Amino acid sequence: MLTLTHYLILSAILFSIGILGVIRRKNLLMLFFSTEILLNAVNIGFVAVSKFYGDLSGQIFSFFIIAVAASEVAVGLGLLVLWYKRSGSIDLDSIMMMKG
Amino acid sequence: MEKYLYIALFAPLIGSLFASLFTAKKKNIITGIVTSLLLAVSFVSSFMLLLEVHENGALHVKMMDWIVAGNLQLPFGFVVDNVSVIMMVTVTLVSTVVHVYSIGYMAHDEGFNRFFAWLSAFVFSMLILVMSDNFVGLFIGWEGVGLCSWGLIGFWYKKHSASWAANEAFIMNRVADLGMLMGLFLIYWQFGTFSYDYVFSHIAQANPVIVTTIGAFLFIGAMGKSAQFPFHTWLADAMEGPTPVSALIHAATMVTAGVYLVIRASELYSLIPNIGYIIASLGAFVAVFAASMALVNRDLKRIIAYSTLSQLGYMFVAAGLGAYWIALFHLMTHAFFKSLLFLGAGNVMHAMDDELDIKKMGGLYDSMKVTAILMSVASVALCGIYPFAGFFSKDMILAAAFNEGAYFLWFALFIGAGMTAFYSFRLVMLVFFGEKVHKKLGFHPHETYPFVLWALLPLGILSIVAGFFEHSFEEFTTELLSKYELHLSHSVEMMLILATSSIAIGGVLFAIYKYRNGGFSKEIEKSGVYKLLINQYYIPDFYKKAVLEPYYALSKFAWKQIDVKVIDFSVDLIAKVLYSSGEKSRKMQSGNLSDMLKWMVVGIVVLLALAIFYRPVM
Repeated sequence: MLTLTHYLILSAILFSIGILGVIRRKNLLMLFFSTEILLNAVNIGFVAVSKFYGDLSGQIFSFFIIAVAASEVAVGLGLLVLWYKRSGSIDLDSIMMMKG
Repeated sequence: MEKYLYIALFAPLIGSLFASLFTAKKKNIITGIVTSLLLAVSFVSSFMLLLEVHENGALHVKMMDWIVAGNLQLPFGFVVDNVSVIMMVTVTLVSTVVHVYSIGYMAHDEGFNRFFAWLSAFVFSMLILVMSDNFVGLFIGWEGVGLCSWGLIGFWYKKHSASWAANEAFIMNRVADLGMLMGLFLIYWQFGTFSYDYVFSHIAQANPVIVTTIGAFLFIGAMGKSAQFPFHTWLADAMEGPTPVSALIHAATMVTAGVYLVIRASELYSLIPNIGYIIASLGAFVAVFAASMALVNRDLKRIIAYSTLSQLGYMFVAAGLGAYWIALFHLMTHAFFKSLLFLGAGNVMHAMDDELDIKKMGGLYDSMKVTAILMSVASVALCGIYPFAGFFSKDMILAAAFNEGAYFLWFALFIGAGMTAFYSFRLVMLVFFGEKVHKKLGFHPHETYPFVLWALLPLGILSIVAGFFEHSFEEFTTELLSKYELHLSHSVEMMLILATSSIAIGGVLFAIYKYRNGGFSKEIEKSGVYKLLINQYYIPDFYKKAVLEPYYALSKFAWKQIDVKVIDFSVDLIAKVLYSSGEKSRKMQSGNLSDMLKWMVVGIVVLLALAIFYRPVM
């Protein structure tokens, strides 16, 4: 029997994987994947808790998150393609314009 | 009549502000003329007020509220009564003369405009001091004249001795002002107000111990401003300032503020005759003490400064013994002849290219007759020889001392009168008569501008005739001040007059005789007494050893040990910690996006931890 705890544990595991990806990965594309994992970990949490309490607002919230994440990825990938055309690399260490 | 009051008070202020507009500019004769004219306006208004007070009695105005806080109500209030109007007329008259004189005296000085700004500001402060109807206003004027005195003693601030003397005067006055402030605090504590009217009408019901303490503390303030022992050293050093300043501030007006304070608080001092007797004794002591230093000094201005000290002592004797109107009378006549003496000395200095040693002068009568005559008139008035002004006032003081049975004080003043006569004519003889030493030294003395001499004329006339106003002066001032009855029989009075006159004339004749025949031999300079007097009883050296050097050592200790090692160290420590933590943490800002993301995660973890574990106490 799957209980709320299982869903929340899954959400936490996904979130940790996402965080680890954000910290460790140097490839911009991989960074986007990690961010998506993070967002979807949260979505799972929202939906599970929403079902548990019988309150729809959590599910509506995750729809919003999916929509926002999709548009964010669209903009992000566009920038990424542009950056690749300009510099020929999507390695994070090559983007050092903020160095003081 | 209020309008005359405001004109008299604010005309000098306007003059000062006007002159201060030009302080950074080159010499502009207009500043001198405008300030002098405004001072003349102030004098005329004061004179109108004198007539008005004589006709209709005192004038009391409240210009505006100044501080209203809780029970404390301090108005800017002014009172023109029989005492303050006398002071106003004296101050504005002497100031007008000094302003006109300064146009000539400072003609070649680059600080011409600045000088007039300070000088008029001084007169304004002095008027505030004498016209205020409460102790706080008096204190403001008191500090104002101290400030202006500082600015004018140190007028030639590039000269080290001048700025040193200015600081000495200022600091010494601050020390004494602490006493004055204590007196003011006690007054407020006892009476809950600072107004003269209230304080003096309720003083009889107050606690006698506190009244005595108030009287003592106020007198400490008066001692500082009037340069009485032990605060006397600043006055002689204050002669570093320009001579008109010495005439106005350090002879005629500011230094008499202490006497004015005692006269103003006469209701208080007449309740505490013990303090009054101490004041009188100190005054008599200073009268002789300062006169003895004047006997041997070779510096033209310092001799006159010591003479001022000595005459202030006379005033304090009269005030301390309860003869307030006599003190005020001597204050007025002294202002006339002493400022004349100083201004004459200024002419001599100009003629001698700022040489001050009277042994280097001699025979100046031939080149500057008018100055010589004016200074001789002032000296005769100072000696107290009939019918000159000093005779009347000084004689009254001696009679008062005799009348009180204070024979010792009388004797001290009597000796002082002899010394005064001697040193005055020693000065006159050495400067104007005898051998022309200055010729050998290559000086070419010349008389000053005629308008300067004309400006001195009113003072000359007043030095001669002011004494004859004795009875009307008494009548006028005793409407406010307590009357003073002499219980001496006519023959005793005549004897006193004869004795005083004969010692004064004796002193004069002795000086004339001695310095006609070449003065004293050089041997006298080797004697112990001469050394004691020329070194001012070693009091400046004593102050240097006993006060200045320990204080300097203490300050140095505080600087090296406390300031540098404790305060600076702790402040520097804060700065160093901040700086080094910044130096270390700036490595976070590598500019690498990956590093930034890591720090973001650290931030999230910290915030999460806070959200979970931190529970604020409700």
